[in-house]
Amino acid sequence: MSSFPRGRTAIVGAATFGLGEAPGFSSRDLAVHAGIAALTQANLRPADVDALFVCLSDDMLSGMTLAEYFGIRPRLTDNNRTGGSSFLIHVILAALALESGECDVALIAYGSNQRTGTGKLANLIRTSVYEAPYRALSPISAYALAAARHMHQYGTTREQLGAVAMAARKWAQLNPEAYMRDELTMQEYLQARMVSEPLGVRDCCLVTDGAAAIVMTRADRAKVHASRPAFVLGAACATWHQEISNAQDLTVTAAAESGARAYAQAGVKPADIDVVQLYDAFTINTLLFLEDLGFCPKGEGGRFVENGRIAPGGELPVNTNGGGLSCVHPGMYGLFTLVEATQQIMRMAGTRQVPEAQLALCHGNGGVLSSQATVILGSEATV
Amino acid sequence: VIQPEKQFLEFLAQGRFMIQRSRATGRYIFFPRVAEPMTGCTDLEWVEPSGEGIVYSVTVVRQKPPAPDYNVVLVDLAEGPRLMSRVDGVEPRAVRIGMAVKARVIRENDAPLLVFEPARGAPR
Repeated sequence: MSSFPRGRTAIVGAATFGLGEAPGFSSRDLAVHAGIAALTQANLRPADVDALFVCLSDDMLSGMTLAEYFGIRPRLTDNNRTGGSSFLIHVILAALALESGECDVALIAYGSNQRTGTGKLANLIRTSVYEAPYRALSPISAYALAAARHMHQYGTTREQLGAVAMAARKWAQLNPEAYMRDELTMQEYLQARMVSEPLGVRDCCLVTDGAAAIVMTRADRAKVHASRPAFVLGAACATWHQEISNAQDLTVTAAAESGARAYAQAGVKPADIDVVQLYDAFTINTLLFLEDLGFCPKGEGGRFVENGRIAPGGELPVNTNGGGLSCVHPGMYGLFTLVEATQQIMRMAGTRQVPEAQLALCHGNGGVLSSQATVILGSEATV
Repeated sequence: VIQPEKQFLEFLAQGRFMIQRSRATGRYIFFPRVAEPMTGCTDLEWVEPSGEGIVYSVTVVRQKPPAPDYNVVLVDLAEGPRLMSRVDGVEPRAVRIGMAVKARVIRENDAPLLVFEPARGAPR
């Protein structure tokens, strides 16, 4: 039986920096900018941070790098590397460490200059003897294999994947910081250059710069730092494979496990969630996660997203910042799901604000559907 | 002594596609390892699989012409394990999920490579 400290820790600051293009900055400069912004929001300074959670794509030892940069000596430094889910796992660890008194203020930070720095998705992944010779495009072909299988088993269509891309774009149009805000029609989606069938350019996340950070404290002092803290109600993760050839069923991800555990910890069910932030590295991810996290039955994801159901004005607001598809994707998007969910609960989301957002679900994905992590946040009323 | 990657590649260089099996559990394993998943059994031996498999999923990678498009598949071996490969001998877009295929070791770019071809009698 999990004794996760439901509602006993909270996010009190959540900020982004340099979304899109941030030329002239290193990844660590960007991460520190976001960190300072999140701390300032919570009326804290770097010196107050005694637990530091970091994962930079281009720096193996980035935890120490940022400790040094901030000029702090954290009691706890973590440099977990599960890809884009790293930061949601940081929330699990930070919640446990805060609850046990190992630390008092945890900062989770990320930044990447991959667009203006190298122009490519930052990648330090080990080359596989068993996969590399077949020249699968990394990582898109792995997701394309999942999409092809989903289409085969459930009749999912390109138009349904297109509905995911269009919904993300419509949300991005409500977010002044989103990178791609021009109109995206179904025809443009369908005619976009094919990359790894059945996925084309408009199925893929962006390649941008950007940084994000959140600050966590114990619930008893959260109200000192934020008028509307986002309390951590549940947080769980699961790993089922690393390389795509070792995934057991390409239509079911470990989100089914991480989500179920996070819901149980939080004592809520999918129908209770007001706003959903999913790591949409590719359009198929949104379908898989909506299914695995219980928003619709397995195989129904494609039909679920039709007719604007996850777009602005739809029944279920998903990726309200525009997601990795249209807002920002500096390589590891996970932390942006937490920032956007927190800002929704803090009522800071401007024209994209979901009215009465009390419960938010964030979901991070790492590797090629390999590592999954789910965090459920709630307003004070939900604790 | 099992040295997984090294020995797999040495077999491949001899034109042989080999996978592993646990002597105790009889379970077939791919990718090659020093211990069986879950049980940790280190009694693994190299065995020659039937080479028969079924395409579990497929993607066609698009290239800028004149470079040709190519397929990347996941194949479920008759013995159980799944692996990544390519199906040769048909147009990339003719490869279908559920297609019966047969393993073959070829040489490409001066290196041995495991690929699959449509099994005899399989619809092309």
